[in-house]
Amino acid sequence: MSPTALALVQDLRLFLPEVILVLTTLLVIVLDVTPVRKSHRALLYLTFCGLLLSGIYLLRHYVDLRESGGRASSSNVLLFGNSIALDPFAVYFKGLFLLVGLLTGVLSIRYKKLNPAGEGEYCVLLLCSTLGLFLMVGSRTLLMAYLGLELVSIPSFVLAGFQRDSRLSNEAALKYTIYGAIASGIMLYGMSLLFGLAGSLDFAAIRHALEGQTELRASPLLLSVSMLMILAGFGYKIACVPFHMWCPDVYEGAPTPITAFLSVGPKAAGFGVILRFFYQSLSTHSGGGDWTPIVDQLQWPIVLSVLSVATMTVGNLAAVAQTSLKRLMAYSSIAHAGYLLMGVVVLSKDGIFAILFYLAVYVFMNFGAFLFVVFLHDLVGSEDIEGCRGLGWRAPFPCIAMAICLFSLTGLPPLGGFIGKFYLFLGVIGRELYWLAILGVLNSVVSLVYYARVVKAMFLENIPRGEAEPLPVPFFYSAAFAVLVAPILLLGVYWAPLVKLARYSSSIFGA
Amino acid sequence: MPTTFPILTLITFLPAVGGLLLLLRRDEGDSETRTLAFLFSGVTFLASLPLFFGFRNDTAALQFVDVRPWIPALNIQYKVGVDGISLLLVLLTTFLMPLAVLCGWKAVERHLKAYYACLLFLETGMIGVFVSMDLILFYVFWEVMLIPMYFLIGVWGGPRRVYAAVKFFIYTMTGSLLMFAAILYLYIYLGTPDRTFDVELLVMRLRGLPFGAQMVLFLAFGLAFAIKVPVFPFHTWLPDAHVEAPTAGSVVLAGVLLKMGTYGFLRFCLPFFPDASHAVMPLVSILAVVGILYGGLMALAQEDIKKLIAYSSVSHLGYVMLGIFALNLRGIEGGLYQMLNHGLSTGALFLLIGMIYERTHTRDVKAYGGLAKAVPLYAVALMIVTLSSIGLPGLNGFVGEFLILLGAFEANWLYATLGALGLVLGAVYMLGLYQRMAFGPQPARAAAEHPLEDLTTRELCILAPILTLLFVLGLCPNVFLRTMDASVNLLLAHLAV
Repeated sequence: MSPTALALVQDLRLFLPEVILVLTTLLVIVLDVTPVRKSHRALLYLTFCGLLLSGIYLLRHYVDLRESGGRASSSNVLLFGNSIALDPFAVYFKGLFLLVGLLTGVLSIRYKKLNPAGEGEYCVLLLCSTLGLFLMVGSRTLLMAYLGLELVSIPSFVLAGFQRDSRLSNEAALKYTIYGAIASGIMLYGMSLLFGLAGSLDFAAIRHALEGQTELRASPLLLSVSMLMILAGFGYKIACVPFHMWCPDVYEGAPTPITAFLSVGPKAAGFGVILRFFYQSLSTHSGGGDWTPIVDQLQWPIVLSVLSVATMTVGNLAAVAQTSLKRLMAYSSIAHAGYLLMGVVVLSKDGIFAILFYLAVYVFMNFGAFLFVVFLHDLVGSEDIEGCRGLGWRAPFPCIAMAICLFSLTGLPPLGGFIGKFYLFLGVIGRELYWLAILGVLNSVVSLVYYARVVKAMFLENIPRGEAEPLPVPFFYSAAFAVLVAPILLLGVYWAPLVKLARYSSSIFGA
Repeated sequence: MPTTFPILTLITFLPAVGGLLLLLRRDEGDSETRTLAFLFSGVTFLASLPLFFGFRNDTAALQFVDVRPWIPALNIQYKVGVDGISLLLVLLTTFLMPLAVLCGWKAVERHLKAYYACLLFLETGMIGVFVSMDLILFYVFWEVMLIPMYFLIGVWGGPRRVYAAVKFFIYTMTGSLLMFAAILYLYIYLGTPDRTFDVELLVMRLRGLPFGAQMVLFLAFGLAFAIKVPVFPFHTWLPDAHVEAPTAGSVVLAGVLLKMGTYGFLRFCLPFFPDASHAVMPLVSILAVVGILYGGLMALAQEDIKKLIAYSSVSHLGYVMLGIFALNLRGIEGGLYQMLNHGLSTGALFLLIGMIYERTHTRDVKAYGGLAKAVPLYAVALMIVTLSSIGLPGLNGFVGEFLILLGAFEANWLYATLGALGLVLGAVYMLGLYQRMAFGPQPARAAAEHPLEDLTTRELCILAPILTLLFVLGLCPNVFLRTMDASVNLLLAHLAV
């Protein structure tokens, strides 16, 4: 065996969480043609096992990393010819993705529209998508970022259209595919331009090349164009304006668990890639955890801060008029992409840390809200705000849980969402971007309007005639809501452990 | 002053514990729910009494302090304490809550557990606001309070309750989010070694803040507080909220919630931004005077009793603001004293209106008349409260208004004179209200069909403590003013720098 091949095989040992995901996928495919498929949700439970096992190995990586470096440094492990990084940053995101995968599975357990015959496919696609997320956040080269992104996208196209007999679901799949294809086409073109300029696809090598080329720094037009084109691909993943158009329709049409998955997983991975790309190849570390754009004329933070404001404003204003819960959550997730972008533009480790922190809370808030949509559909048969009317008194616990998720999304204390926003705004004000902070704050007020509308429908409006009796809530929902809401409440009063974890994970961007 | 027993923590969280208990209890009947709620608020009140008797008047330092590290990485602490500015407000809160719980005894029938849980959570939020000495802790309580109040108005309120609840929520949230941004700015401004959210330390460390920054921050904080007070152009949520809220909600709203705005000015705006405070003094005073006169005139025109009282609140809080922004000892002490007075007398007015509303189901002044003959006890109680509200010497209102006007004259005679005009207006609308309700012909239909029942024992029990306090505060004001002296003097010292 040649040394290169040997090195690749050795790298596989550090790739075990991903390998396990692949093996699980294969196992599910095989079992899907055996009688196992007939037993209810068996393949879904198998998927859980795979995700959990992968989590165990991920934890081992985390422990190893902590022990080896104490603090992460440049000696982070690079796999497969420097194309994938195994650093605390990636491990943190991967942990989130496993959580997202698990929760998506949990939401699917009682999701009625899910055809039992397609369960195997569903699990396979979900696992593939999760694998794609893993690759995205680990990527150290543009090529790997692109591969990961496509591995997330293509299964998601199918998942969005999983209810073959539903017109909305088909529409969602088609829109998602067309938008996705165009966005990744533009991104690829941008990447090829950048490759032509820098002569490499490696993030670090790109920076090195850009630092050296004086004539390029003098006229960065081509560089700007390629950056904007690449941004189109990433922006599509995080659903920021102006690449957000697909979002409401896809969220509405896709099966609800998949909507929840899309609203958190690809968004988080998108931020992971954006952070790596913009910081590692378009910025230089100016000490103390602060960064500066590598080319003075290429002020990408300004571009992104304008996008950030536009995203949150469009998302929040459009959400106010929605009647469907899923569309409302779609616009809310657009708005959140805007808030999170604030953390990117501050160019400091505090901003990155704030994003990591917020994303962890965001997983719970969003999945809580989507669990409520599943619950509503399961028991009331509606996915609209109208269907929540008076439900607060008929099924108090799920509605209180939903209210907590929504208030947390608004950023009210003492909930986790408040702490997340606290760190985001602290980062923004710390960098003296007062206008951004003020606009962000005003946007939070707007968001209160529509989140409160749902709460209003649940508790303040009268119960429709003839539906006054209490709704028996299956144990599954009570347990699931409790599991999702507990961290939101806990992180609102005691969040130091998560701070520690997120700080450590963002330490690759300067301690 | 270290204390062995964290009494403030106890009284802050005891109601919330009660609220949780209520929510988690299986349904066992309404009377147990009521009793439990009353028990928790009552015990909280009793537990808060040692604050008053153990309070040392000779020091401006925080007392009954309880400090624990919360998030050390950011210097966020759990720090509670009281001084002369907050002591009486805490007591006012704990005193009014059992009464508010009692007053809904009959009227509230829907979702009892949730109702009392909301009231108790609200109490925790309110006490928390007055005792927190860490900005983040303060902000948490400040926002926490919104949610139960939103539900109280929105679920148990009148016909337009949803509109009122949403308006209340959005108004207050706008202000407080700007305050949040300002809090973060303060923290960043201090620079790495000095960063803190500790209120006492901030007062010291913010010395020398440039004037421009002071103005901006004063406005950001001030807007949140001005909306809560409410100062004149930001008052429109108040009449809606007051009218639609259930009686207990109105009592708490008028009695305690409105004081948070004025308290905020005293605790944060004045000591943090002294130069800005001096600079905006004319503006705030003018707004206060406009509020006094506008509130009074609007009150004159109301036919809905609750709305009338709501506008009278706008007017009364105008006095408080006028007093505080006289920026001298008498003005500020008068303002503080008037905060208590307004809490008690307007709280009592809302209680009385709630009681008569339970009998007649109308808040229209025209539907009343001849109450003095029909329900004499009620009429006497209403008389005392009315007189207290218009500031009759011997009752509490006089002391506060007198001090405020003295202070205001010292600062600027024009504002004081204009403000004094409001007193006349106050007398006109309050006495007019009393005259129309208590005297005059009884509406024939009502008298024949439903003879009104006079105050019941429960209602007397609710009113007696408040009425007694109205006299106590009117006759021996020094007992209370004494507790404020040291802290207000310290505040003035900060302002003089």
